[in-house]
Amino acid sequence: MSNPATPRKSIRFCGQSYLAFVLTPEPPIFEWLANFDEWSSQFAEYFADKPIVLDVSAVKLSNAAIVHLVNELRTRNIRILGLQGIEQSELGPDFPPVLKGGRAVTVAEPPEAAPRDSQPPHKEPASLLLESPVRSGQSIVFPNGDITVLGSVASGAEVIAGGSIHIYGALRGRAFAGLAGNRGARIFCNQVEAELLAIDGHYRIADEIEPSLRSKPIQAWLQGDVIFITSLN
Amino acid sequence: MAKVLVVTSGKGGVGKTTSTAALGAALAQSGETVAVVDFDVGLRNLDLVMGAERRVVFDFINVIQGTVKLSQALIRDKRLDTLWLLPASQTRDKDALTADGVAKVVAQLRQKFDWVICDSPAGIERGATLAMRHADAAVIVTNPEVSSVRDSDRIIGLLDAKTEKAERGERVEKHLLITRYDPVRAGKGEMLSIEDVLEILSVPLLGVVPESQEVLRASNIGAPVTLCNASSAPARAYCDAMRRLKGENVPMTIPSDRKHLFGKLFRRRAA
Repeated sequence: MSNPATPRKSIRFCGQSYLAFVLTPEPPIFEWLANFDEWSSQFAEYFADKPIVLDVSAVKLSNAAIVHLVNELRTRNIRILGLQGIEQSELGPDFPPVLKGGRAVTVAEPPEAAPRDSQPPHKEPASLLLESPVRSGQSIVFPNGDITVLGSVASGAEVIAGGSIHIYGALRGRAFAGLAGNRGARIFCNQVEAELLAIDGHYRIADEIEPSLRSKPIQAWLQGDVIFITSLN
Repeated sequence: MAKVLVVTSGKGGVGKTTSTAALGAALAQSGETVAVVDFDVGLRNLDLVMGAERRVVFDFINVIQGTVKLSQALIRDKRLDTLWLLPASQTRDKDALTADGVAKVVAQLRQKFDWVICDSPAGIERGATLAMRHADAAVIVTNPEVSSVRDSDRIIGLLDAKTEKAERGERVEKHLLITRYDPVRAGKGEMLSIEDVLEILSVPLLGVVPESQEVLRASNIGAPVTLCNASSAPARAYCDAMRRLKGENVPMTIPSDRKHLFGKLFRRRAA
């Protein structure tokens, strides 16, 4: 037993696989970069801290152009782990290593898995729940989605939502739904005594709400440029 | 431990000062030590309603500015040993109230009294916000009419946002006191009903004080209505409200001056 136990440090290594994302630029490169910028402005940090491989098989690029492209991407916080679709022999020693084999299998998966992966960091709650009544003089603004009020919205109060507005008590103040051009937004309330109902900039004041609907549960929605109000019963 | 109570409404002329004096006197009569503090700097009235206007030497602002000690400005009520008044200054305005000064004076009052009742000025500006700033509980005085109810709603919003308790994430205990209620006019629909007011404000009801000549008479004499004529309808309403404030379970009635008519019984209590 003592024989093999001589103090010799072994080099430990093992195989591990990572999911890398493959970027495939298409000619013309400038246009592709502009498209990429537009896309990444919507999904900021999507590629941050992720291994990225550049597939240059679709474009014919000189070595200098590849260096330029890699640098362009670096300024966008994207660091290239390796290249693909080119022979190592065509490149100098300063280039990222050329990766081969096994790629094709994983390439199909990232587009499916990626959006779900990336969702949590940007996910903000899409609705706001208010458990207490909205008092006169208060202004509740929630541009990111729906507002639900369990109590009433008092006369002189206002509720402003990017999405729809749901009020389980009486609406005596003003409600502005669909703030940022969301024409599909609606206003629901259990008892309408509103001063004003507005959806995407179109509005109806109290006088323009049919007297027969007063104090009734209603929904309001936008059709063309007109707000329609109907009883929920 | 002292309890700081703010009597507030938003709207003017609904009966804050009358209610402060009446509740303060009723609490003092029940054996508690009470300080009533007038926050209406520049338009003080509590001294008149308490009948202490001829004994005011120093005032709240003097104490805030450190000119005199608190004990020099407090005026003891002639009728009740345990009732004290801290009058406001009539020659200054609300800007003389500083946040630090008010905090210091309220902290001192807490040490000396069981109850500190702050009579808030009307409005939502400096005077009103400083009066509610340190409150543990609030009595919201409302008349049964739409403008008063809407202003009260605004004040309730401020109580939930601008008070020390609210900023600590706690809630100021809120009580609704409906004053100048006339059952006959309410019955004819000329006034909001109690149910309407409770429905709009959704604050628990502390009491309903009926409209009465007694209130005017008491303020002319310079006595809180609960001391002036203890058997009058408003005095009984305030006494009931005081007992509810102390946590007693008193059935909700609207006292009436007409002896043969019993007040209407309310079972409902808003959330």
